[in-house]
Amino acid sequence: MDLDLSSVEPFRAEVRDWLRAHVPDPPLPSLETEEGFAAHRAWESELAGAGLSVVSWPGRYGGRDATPLEWLVFEEEYYAAGAPGRVSQNGINLLAPTLFRHGTPEQLDRVLPPMASGEEIWAQAWSEPGAGSDLAALRATATRTDGGWLLNGQKTWSSRAAFADRGFGLFRSDHEAGRHRGLTYVMFALEAEGVTRRPIGRIDGKPAFAELFLDDVFVADRDVIGAPGEGWKVAMSTAGNERGLTLRSPGRFLAAADRLLALWRERADPADTALRDRVAEVWIKARAYRLKGFETISRTEDVGAEASINKIFWSELDVALHETALDLLGPDGELDGDWLEGYVFSLAGPIYAGTNEIQRNVVAERVLGLPRDRS
Amino acid sequence: MKFVLDAEQRLFGETLDKLLAGAGTPGAVRAWAAGQPGPGLALWRSLAGAGVFALAVPESAGGAGPLPVELVTAFHELGRHAAPGPLAETVAAAVLLDRLGGGTAARGSPGSRGPGTAGSGEDRDRGLAGSAAGWLPRIAEGGAVVSLALPPAVPYALDADVADLVLVVDGDELREAAPGTAMTSLDPARRLFPVTAGAVLASGPQVRRAAAAACDMGALACAAQSVGVGRRLLEVTVEYAAARRQFGRPIGEFQAVKHHLAGVLVDLEYARPLVHGAALSYGSPDFPREVSAAKAAASEAAYAAARIALQVHGAIGYTDEYDASLWIRKARALYSAWGSPAGHRARVIASLTTG
Repeated sequence: MDLDLSSVEPFRAEVRDWLRAHVPDPPLPSLETEEGFAAHRAWESELAGAGLSVVSWPGRYGGRDATPLEWLVFEEEYYAAGAPGRVSQNGINLLAPTLFRHGTPEQLDRVLPPMASGEEIWAQAWSEPGAGSDLAALRATATRTDGGWLLNGQKTWSSRAAFADRGFGLFRSDHEAGRHRGLTYVMFALEAEGVTRRPIGRIDGKPAFAELFLDDVFVADRDVIGAPGEGWKVAMSTAGNERGLTLRSPGRFLAAADRLLALWRERADPADTALRDRVAEVWIKARAYRLKGFETISRTEDVGAEASINKIFWSELDVALHETALDLLGPDGELDGDWLEGYVFSLAGPIYAGTNEIQRNVVAERVLGLPRDRS
Repeated sequence: MKFVLDAEQRLFGETLDKLLAGAGTPGAVRAWAAGQPGPGLALWRSLAGAGVFALAVPESAGGAGPLPVELVTAFHELGRHAAPGPLAETVAAAVLLDRLGGGTAARGSPGSRGPGTAGSGEDRDRGLAGSAAGWLPRIAEGGAVVSLALPPAVPYALDADVADLVLVVDGDELREAAPGTAMTSLDPARRLFPVTAGAVLASGPQVRRAAAAACDMGALACAAQSVGVGRRLLEVTVEYAAARRQFGRPIGEFQAVKHHLAGVLVDLEYARPLVHGAALSYGSPDFPREVSAAKAAASEAAYAAARIALQVHGAIGYTDEYDASLWIRKARALYSAWGSPAGHRARVIASLTTG
């Protein structure tokens, strides 16, 4: 497939102009605080008003049918403009692709528009105290009841769950079936009766995630995605979205690398060739990620397990990029600010969405074809 | 822009893969290292027959180029098979001669001096235009093996003893060169020679610019070759890890081994698009910077692949006899050839902060 980069220039200009006029200045407070969360929700609504919150979606759900190339361009402009982090990311990047593949028309019509407008912010509910990397060990249950299911158990490390409106995740609905069978994918309201949420301070104290305690929480049948018992397959069919391009687009790293370069010009001792070398390495990697992104959208086949290669790369790039920035800042590197916020956020990258160790197993076994561990 | 190879380009790569696999390349490499260039030169002619060198020569001079994407596709395969010879050097020389051929840098009249008289010491004041016009078609058809020194990045002429033409750029002057005594490289198939500058072929600032362009093309070819070297090392190491048993199981079952190899794949998978992207940018003002980014990443990825290949193979990988050594040694040698990664990274930053 031939990507015509010049054909998307009018779209790029439109996005750039709109962002230039609307990106909040000064920046919004951290989205991992209650005040910042509300401000970011309002920003999502403003973005949606301009038709820019979910550009790649079909128009009927709030998008504008952008091609993958246009989406990449949108992301480049979005982050280059220093626009706010996406508080709706769990919904638009993780749940929505699952719904597009497995949801009913009724679910799409009901769930997507308020997701696109920021009216409903979604949290993930995957991990449990005994099921992290080993997600299939999860024990929270969904028990059949009249017209739906009752959820019980505990979820943890639920990103955005401290302030979000709704959650999605996997629950064990059949104890007789194997580990990966008998799981059901459900959506539920965090305000529902029986849900208790306890915010958890992340390493810098901000409540970026939460624990959820579920006690006979009712979920109607219409909130089950895919067939009951097929939840693992449903979840895994779009796991590549979280690991691949969708969650962390090249635009984000290109913009950060350019800011790093500006910081280098402003702060660096030109004689410090060790730091210069690291700035160059980060810039080159951001560039590599962009080119890889173009390659990925040019391919016709599904990237499948190759998404794990992506996840390892961007998560490590993000850490290296922010570490370099803090080193450039020297003694100011420990002070509160955008770079430190970005650094703290980057530290979670090699852990969430499947730790990089799990990704390396996936790459080794499913891409390189090395033998599975039998122990 | 095509960020993936099209069907024809893929087929070209596959054709070269088959050609090199069927030609007993490891044997040719070892013979080359031992000073018996016969099989390597036969391979050179086969590669030329498949169109490899024509990719660097413009159509007006009997080639099919410049076709940078096809060129990096070819060099990837040349690296995968550890093909011997001054491959990147010949390609760089084609760029150098093309840039100077017929240009104002030519001294004297465009003479009749043609291929076959290089190094003869005659006709020193003949112009480059005539000789370039003669050498380029020969490079394209595989009739000329060319080596060159482009100090400081390329201080020695590779395989100069088998080259039909040896060049050296000294500041503003392009000269013919005579090889001195061979030096010993970590990669015995890389026979490096100091050169003594001879007759001036061209002079002036054009030479400097042409040499810079040649250096970029050589670095790009070397980057593609390096990714190919790394890719082959990953392939043979995965194969070895699946077959070699210790503690009653294939060592590839152990996570420590798996994670090493997954890391190699990650590095290679992100070096390759940089090489392809640099080839796509040929002709744009960004080309030198894109080449530097590609060369730095490709060298690092290939070298990491070599280190891991050696570690996973264990003692057998540390032997000369086992063929993995051909690639393990080459990865390190190519790491510093055509500019070190650190040098290329410095160039990236210089380009970004002054441009």
